Amino acid sequence: MDLGLIAAAGIATGTVLLFASIGEIFAERAGVLNLGVEGMMLMGAVAGYSTALSTGNAWLGVLVAMVVGALLALLHGVVAIHLRADQVVSGLALTFLGTGLARVLGEGLTNTNVERLPAVSIPILDGLPIVGPILFHEQSVLVYLGFLLVPAAWFWIERTRPGLHLRAVGESPAAADAQGIGVQRLRLVYVVFGGVLAGLAGATLTLAVAPGWFGDQTVNGRGWIAVGLVIFARWNPIRAALGSYLFAAITPWILGLQGVDTILGIQNPFLPGRSATFFLEMLPYLFVIAAVAVGSRSAVRRRIGAPAALGIPYVRGERGH
Amino acid sequence: MVRLEPRLVTPRWLSPAITLGAVVVALVISGAIIGFVGGDPVASYLHILNASFGSIGVLSDTLVKATPLILTGLACALAFRMRLWNIGAEGQFLLGAWGASAVVLFPLVPAGTPGIILIPLMMIAGMAAGAVWGLIPGVLRARLGVNEIITTLMLNYVALAWIQFWVFGPWSQGGFQQSKPFPEAAWLPRLTDFAEIVPAFGGLTAHLGLVFGLVAAGLLWLFLERSRFGYEIRLIGDSPRAARYAGIDIGRRLIVVFAISGALAGLAGMSEVNGAVHRLQDHISPGYGFTAVIVAYLAKFRPGRVVVAAILFGALILAGREIQPSGVPAMIQGIILFTLIVGDVLVRYRVRIDRGGAAAIGGASTGGAPTGGAPTGGAPTGGAPTGGDARPAAGAAAGAPRPGG
Repeated sequence: MDLGLIAAAGIATGTVLLFASIGEIFAERAGVLNLGVEGMMLMGAVAGYSTALSTGNAWLGVLVAMVVGALLALLHGVVAIHLRADQVVSGLALTFLGTGLARVLGEGLTNTNVERLPAVSIPILDGLPIVGPILFHEQSVLVYLGFLLVPAAWFWIERTRPGLHLRAVGESPAAADAQGIGVQRLRLVYVVFGGVLAGLAGATLTLAVAPGWFGDQTVNGRGWIAVGLVIFARWNPIRAALGSYLFAAITPWILGLQGVDTILGIQNPFLPGRSATFFLEMLPYLFVIAAVAVGSRSAVRRRIGAPAALGIPYVRGERGH
Repeated sequence: MVRLEPRLVTPRWLSPAITLGAVVVALVISGAIIGFVGGDPVASYLHILNASFGSIGVLSDTLVKATPLILTGLACALAFRMRLWNIGAEGQFLLGAWGASAVVLFPLVPAGTPGIILIPLMMIAGMAAGAVWGLIPGVLRARLGVNEIITTLMLNYVALAWIQFWVFGPWSQGGFQQSKPFPEAAWLPRLTDFAEIVPAFGGLTAHLGLVFGLVAAGLLWLFLERSRFGYEIRLIGDSPRAARYAGIDIGRRLIVVFAISGALAGLAGMSEVNGAVHRLQDHISPGYGFTAVIVAYLAKFRPGRVVVAAILFGALILAGREIQPSGVPAMIQGIILFTLIVGDVLVRYRVRIDRGGAAAIGGASTGGAPTGGAPTGGAPTGGAPTGGDARPAAGAAAGAPRPGG
């Protein structure tokens, strides 16, 4: 196995998780939990793919995927923020809805092909030792968009005035309201922005990383993994990006064990065709559980992380929960 | 400006009426979407009705599909009542099916064991395996504050791989993705088995698992409404703070609820393999554990209503198999859940439309005093941030169930 190639592929597939988890970070930092990421990603994936298929324009597909993600998030936002429904249930409903709708809309899309988004190398940078081939060689343009998004998201949240307002509505909505910040409107904006990124994540999957439509197997739990990564990353976009890349790089390496005959002189029990290979398939999910457990632990210990008003609808003049 | 005002009195008819209305609206929206993608909504709905309730034979098939939904629906309803989001009924169902199968496939009992011993053993094994699968997220949540939504979901995927390992590997029959059939002693009695006594039962596949479901619903009702433990669970669900002041050990209750919830879902898996499939194989569940979430919500977490909701969704799953496009049943389920939660808002609040756009969005009680939260003094967001002990797990776990009170 060529570790460099695996790392490069990890960066590409990690971009999917990166978009989704950073989108969720924006929503959660504003105080709104959105468990509909899986559904929004599936809808973005199917909308982007079918648009690209019928128009021949993958960029248009990406755009449509983002709009579809935004519309679904808008639905969740209105229900959870303005109608004060339970955010957990509303988010779950969004995932059910997105999954079912994507399967309906995706009917007949299996076994088709579209031209994927262009992959480019960055001159000069791709000549760097080690990091060059991994980060800057023949990567999809969306991967570079991911590189740009991470510092931008961090800077926006932590260092700008609008970012201060974002954190305020998530940590202390009443105080933000007293400052004249429109709490509900701002929350809605960031929930919708999260949806845009989730839709983009879906399109990244079907138009750049793993082109094609495979029914609801297309996203296969990545939306939930992204939600888990947010906790692991303690709501920080940079840690979320590192987690996304790391997770995506480890997964194929583990699954790559299926291709090796012997491990340390012992016959490999994980060869394809042998049933023990299913234990390898469990590992990514077990890894998420472990990561979330570790993230929860340290967040509890340091009393940091979860935005204080996360999951609590804001109503002026009422106690917050 | 649209404004929401909390209702002071809720008429008794309102909640059932809105639930019914929500389902109707969901069906209309779904119909519009089916029409939009080129289907015929009226024909689809008529087909669902016919293929699920049209004759005694298909009604029996509907009950077969409803059986696992009743048990998994009860599993979710119990956990949700305490505002524990157990989304892992699917995995607990699979483990239950595995545990029951283990009794006859390892085998743990000698061949020829009579059904009267074998079936209770398999019930216990299935419930124990499901309970263990439920305990994992329960203990992680209670001891480490780990968000149970993520863990239960992830464990669903793990459970699926676990089942695949056994049916592709040690228990595979001739390399197929299924075990050998269970001995007939392990089959749950079906109505058709009594055709000699009641000829009308000939060919009907409804099995004893339905009785398990009905008994479980009755027991769960007694447990929730008539026992001290059940009262404590409802109290925790309604107001964790009050429960804590009352000295209730929430972590312990949480673990027990997760175990019972997992056992119920495990029993569903046992009933499915023993009553309907008669062997362990890949794809024994078309998503019962996920539909259970919606069943529980539609039933407002009431055991009796879970049975009714489960039969409706059993019909949808049964008849939906033949409807094109294939995602329609899942889509209808998602839309129903959405209209239900919007309906809930209408039950809790009156919607007022103000002309002139006064500044208050939902500023109901204090008329929008800009400083808000006055009654709570220093903790306008509901006292949540004031300390770790006020939110045992929530601080770390995004979306940990938040007190509703």
